Amino acid sequence: MAVQTAETAPSAAQAADAGSAVAHAFKDAFVTGLIALGLLGPLIGFETIIIDGALGLGYRPSLLAIMVGIIFAGRLLLNLTIWSPNRRPRTRTGPTVFDRAGVAVGPVVKPALLAFAATFPFIASYTLGGWNESRYLIDLGILILTYVMLGWGLNIVVGLAGLLDLGYVAFYAVGAYTYALLATSAPVNGFFAGLLGETFWANWAFWICLPVAGLFAGLWGMILGFPVLRLRGDYLAIVTLAFGEIIRLVLINWVDFTGGGAGIASIPRATFFGVPFTRDENGFAALFGLEFNPMHRIVFLYFVILALALITAFATVRLRKLPVGRAWEALREDEIACRSLGINTTNVKLSAFATGAMFGGFAGCFFAVRAGFVSPESFTFDVSAMILAIVVLGGMGSQVGVAVAAAVMMGGMEMLRNLGFLKQVFGNDFDPSLYRMLIFGFAMVAIMVWKPRGLVSTRDPTIFLKERKAVSGDLVKEGHG
Amino acid sequence: MDVFVQQLINGLTLGSIYGLIAIGYTMVFGIIGMVNFAHGDVFMVSAFIALICFLLLTTVLGITSIFLALAIVLVVAMFFTSLVSWAIERVAYRPLRGSFRLAPMISAIGMSIFLANFVQVTQGPRNKPVPPMITDVIVLMDSGGYQVTLAWKQVIIMVVTALLLGGFWYLVQKTSLGRAQRAVEQDRKMAALLGINVDHTISLTFVIGAALAAVAGVMYLMYYGVANFADGFVPGVKAFTAAVLGGIGSLPGAVLGGLLIGLIETFWSAYFSIEYKDVAAFSILAITLIFMPQGLLGRPEVEKV
Repeated sequence: MAVQTAETAPSAAQAADAGSAVAHAFKDAFVTGLIALGLLGPLIGFETIIIDGALGLGYRPSLLAIMVGIIFAGRLLLNLTIWSPNRRPRTRTGPTVFDRAGVAVGPVVKPALLAFAATFPFIASYTLGGWNESRYLIDLGILILTYVMLGWGLNIVVGLAGLLDLGYVAFYAVGAYTYALLATSAPVNGFFAGLLGETFWANWAFWICLPVAGLFAGLWGMILGFPVLRLRGDYLAIVTLAFGEIIRLVLINWVDFTGGGAGIASIPRATFFGVPFTRDENGFAALFGLEFNPMHRIVFLYFVILALALITAFATVRLRKLPVGRAWEALREDEIACRSLGINTTNVKLSAFATGAMFGGFAGCFFAVRAGFVSPESFTFDVSAMILAIVVLGGMGSQVGVAVAAAVMMGGMEMLRNLGFLKQVFGNDFDPSLYRMLIFGFAMVAIMVWKPRGLVSTRDPTIFLKERKAVSGDLVKEGHG
Repeated sequence: MDVFVQQLINGLTLGSIYGLIAIGYTMVFGIIGMVNFAHGDVFMVSAFIALICFLLLTTVLGITSIFLALAIVLVVAMFFTSLVSWAIERVAYRPLRGSFRLAPMISAIGMSIFLANFVQVTQGPRNKPVPPMITDVIVLMDSGGYQVTLAWKQVIIMVVTALLLGGFWYLVQKTSLGRAQRAVEQDRKMAALLGINVDHTISLTFVIGAALAAVAGVMYLMYYGVANFADGFVPGVKAFTAAVLGGIGSLPGAVLGGLLIGLIETFWSAYFSIEYKDVAAFSILAITLIFMPQGLLGRPEVEKV
């Protein structure tokens, strides 16, 4: 309405409009500030501190004033600029800037990222001047790739099949404990050592257990999935959450079997396909004529998780082209339509659930061999939430998006921790990793409100008649595209 | 027998708290069909607001009457928690109506993570112990050393819960707000056509749910004497279990489910193993959803195209 008057009668009406708009902007910002004061007042204005064993109160009026001030000023600024009623509304039909950028760089991004990931340890060691100096970076790379793999695994369940799984960490745990238990329990070791020969089993334990762990996790996925997959979306989410917690509680309390809260330590390390990373003449270094360096094992682990992650991505891409993959995507869009077309929804859901669980199991097995130690502490709901946040932020269904989200959220936070100037601004005990989950949670809400299909939201149709038309995710509703 | 009676009292107390939280879940589910995953954390936030208010009243203002302090804490906590819940609905859920199926759920999970970590960052990760508020007990039975006691705070919890439920029942059944709410629950579009402000009604549903969760938060703080940023998650899931067990969408069902879950949890801890009490509650959730998704008092759900 305001826009129309401004266009027809430019001079007087515009001036009056501008005046009332400014007044309104101030009023609105004031109300927002008041609400912010009510929301933040109790929790930021006061701090509960324990003094000499008793609980006392601390006060933070300046922090509260700054926060409320920022919200007031921000709202006022938005009211006067972007949300101003005098501003001509921009009608947008085409793809957004993000989408066009995505389409333009799209073909280059994948090979570039892949090349970077494949050469990363060498780049790191070259720029930092040696393997030992680059240990921190390569460890970080392993962490990021683990989450990339978990993200891609969960992407099959959430992004492709549209099943919200809040207990994905359960399968990560099953994979980790499968390897840990198989490789450390005496009777199992005795049996395999007798069957395969002692040195062979010692050297190949990880490589034999890796597929076992994945299959076992997949089996668990089927066992847990079968009864619950008939449920509607949000019930399924809660039940998977319950299963995740049950598995963790059992791991804590079944002390005889799992070692309880103390976990399982001294898990055998990975070998280079049977060649251990030791100093002696049968070791990896001697075999390839290199000087012994403990970093060889770390670099090798980096490539193992890179390969595992790429297998996950490759399998996903291929599965999408199979009937079952198409059924997953159809199921995500409209379950009732699927059922009326004769798709057995339970089986299709189960296959997605089990496939996702299997990749979670692989990642868990890798986690156990890398850390050499597993305990229930590593498998809390926070991990499930983090993986889900990565999938959501990356844009459900998008492979590159998930990888970028994992790198930014896991790597970015680690990097922030080491920035000296942040400590000078926020004080010495500032630890950005404390804020990680805070940002994750906020980002999940923001993405859902702002761009529900994720930041990179072009969706390529998997089937097309003559030419592939990229469509902006904004224009695609449920059941279309 | 005496152990049984004691556990019955404890279970009913715990069940009252779960029932109060469960109403928030069941009301929101009834009206917009989403699981408000952040509700457990709203409950936790209310416990913190209550804790801060209590400390302010006793240590700074020097109020000595514990009942006066509790009454003020209750009102303050209800007000601020309602504000938090209103803001959550406005910011995180309302823009998502009509979005794709999983969007509100994911947004709610994000909000839950955000709230828990916000409290962790602003209030610290440690347990916050409150000095015991009301310590008097009534000895009901005394059989050779084992005393069955009914603590005054348990009496307060049960009485307050019963009073609030009465008031709440009146609100939903007899007032125009309650009628509007039931109308929106039945058919949102039709209700809007008949002049009901749907957005307003949904906002109020969130506010009422949060106010009841705030009462639960104050009771929880008084009963256990401790607040922690992670305390929203498990009680939240248990209260959701209660709502599902009673039949989601059904208000008497939520209370019944809450009492049942409270009783099951205390009896399980007393007679089987305390380590697996959470496993018991989670298993009930899974079993109910798989075999009896409509719950005890709920209506079976019909899926329409």
